[in-house]
Amino acid sequence: MDLAAIVALNVVNGAASLFLLCLGLAIIFGMMRIINLAHGEFVMLGAYAAVIAANAGINIWISMLVVAPLVVGLFGLVVERCLVRFLYGRLVDSMLATWGLSLLIIGLTTTIFGNTMQGVPTPLGGFAIGNYRTSWYTLFLLAVALGMMAIVYAVLRYTRFGLIARAVMQNPDMAAVLGVNPAHIYMATFSLGAAVTGLAGGVLAPVSGITPVMGSAYVAKAFITVVGGGAAIISGTLSASGLFGFINQLGAYFTTPVYGEVILFLSAIVLIRILPQGISGRFFKGTV
Amino acid sequence: MSDTVKLSAQIAAVLVACIVVAVMPLYADLFQLMQFTLFASMAVLALSLGFIWGFGGILCFGQTAFFGLGAYAYAVAAINYGDSTPAILCAVIVPALFALALGYFVFYGRISDVYLGVITLTVTLILFNVFNSTAGDEYTIGTARLGGFNGMPAVPTFNMPFDPTAILYPEDSWYVTGGALIAIYVGLRLLLRSRFGRVAIAVRENETRAALLGYDPRVVKLWVFVLGGAIAGMGGALYVNWGAFVGPTIFALSLSAEIIIWICIGGLGTLIGPIVGCFLIQYLVSQIGSQQSFNSNLVLGAILIVFVLLLPQGLVPTLRNLVAAGWYRVSERRRETGHGQSRQMTAGQPVGAE
Repeated sequence: MDLAAIVALNVVNGAASLFLLCLGLAIIFGMMRIINLAHGEFVMLGAYAAVIAANAGINIWISMLVVAPLVVGLFGLVVERCLVRFLYGRLVDSMLATWGLSLLIIGLTTTIFGNTMQGVPTPLGGFAIGNYRTSWYTLFLLAVALGMMAIVYAVLRYTRFGLIARAVMQNPDMAAVLGVNPAHIYMATFSLGAAVTGLAGGVLAPVSGITPVMGSAYVAKAFITVVGGGAAIISGTLSASGLFGFINQLGAYFTTPVYGEVILFLSAIVLIRILPQGISGRFFKGTV
Repeated sequence: MSDTVKLSAQIAAVLVACIVVAVMPLYADLFQLMQFTLFASMAVLALSLGFIWGFGGILCFGQTAFFGLGAYAYAVAAINYGDSTPAILCAVIVPALFALALGYFVFYGRISDVYLGVITLTVTLILFNVFNSTAGDEYTIGTARLGGFNGMPAVPTFNMPFDPTAILYPEDSWYVTGGALIAIYVGLRLLLRSRFGRVAIAVRENETRAALLGYDPRVVKLWVFVLGGAIAGMGGALYVNWGAFVGPTIFALSLSAEIIIWICIGGLGTLIGPIVGCFLIQYLVSQIGSQQSFNSNLVLGAILIVFVLLLPQGLVPTLRNLVAAGWYRVSERRRETGHGQSRQMTAGQPVGAE
């Protein structure tokens, strides 16, 4: 019984971290049809920002929840202005350019901070379920994922910016005719996606190894989850990350963590083969 | 440039390449020769992706999957047989069969563009994870242990066909690798001039139109993909021959990224471009590695961004266009001096005036 509770907690936690990791990518992909292959490096920058701020004496919660998204959001703004805005509508070129960006960021980070980084200890203690101990931090991650989902949903669904953003997403030309400048919306959305990614990096920093190449562990997973989820930002990402997180954790429990990832990738390939438009393209049409 | 000029330029380039391969051991020391052997084996890999991406329109983000499978197939077979002849055959056949299975799954499912990239990238990661976790004794094929993260050391290198005692010297390895590169280039050139090559290019240009003309794009793309897989596998065998070692990092993302960079820089849609890009970037990376002043990722990333933004065609097509423009201007001037008189006459007459 206790074991079942722990496994269930792990499954939920896996899905929540996957959701956090993918949300920023999904916003950028769903909005602009740009696949940002530097996504993993945005996560890495968020983690670095949080760790550096925390080591400089700023409260750990502020570094994770405020500093990391701010830094990466600003960085995303710069990237959009200098690089991505030339590549809208050129899917392959945007993938190549952001891949180049990812290498550039890895190189810069290695040059500046070296190959390793002093991490931060995981805040909050642990608690016990029967004979098994787990940490409060897993529940915190779950809460952050839920909170982010609620915020992004509310912004897209109930605010004026969300309305305009969804309109641009559906038909940029028509939105432009109605007096909206799609370029500004793209800029804001890219920056927002980057900020969300930075937040994910910040809250994952205490539970992962901080190295310049840590992003490459995330990018493929995030990439297939977003493509598997389809164009709808919230419902697509939520369903895909729930499904893949579930498969991954169960696979890892019954075999090894390595084969858990293999099973995740295999099921993603099968899913894309069956549903080329993603889960939301088939089941949740017209949702946010 | 007319077709004959183009053809004679290509033949001249192949001849020059043959001569370079032949005389290289006289001018380069052993270390440089080994380096160039490595570059040439990588150039085979670049050529395979250059072919399927540039002429088949298939953007495969995981060409290293076939490269690595070829390398592992060669290593396993060479250890088991003790003779490299059947092992090289294995290195070509295993990735080709894998490409056939994957290609059938992908092309007959009508999956395109991004999704193809995602799937091939994911397959590479799966292979990386799987080969990484083959450390135990139970992962033994015949007498060959896969070795997990540590890879397979001391793989027998190439020997004379069917004579395992006559192992090739580094000079001979260079001849084999450089020769294989030229042979594959020529083979692909001939293929592209054949009926199949023309159909493949037609499919790349417009799949629907090719289908309406009675060709099945799925079959064409599948065979292009399989051929690319086989060539990449051959590159894998040549790579193992260079280092006598194969490990799971051959499947790593960084190598997949690097191939794409070679092609972007050399020029997509050409066969010589990927080879040029491969040699340039490999040379640059090895120089950076020995200088230790810059991080190679930094330089590679910057180069890729600059090329995508400013020179999206790549080096070879840009140069070719420059040469073609110059050629055109020269021939135009020659024509003008030759027929200047008659030209002025026609130009002098007002158009439409009676």
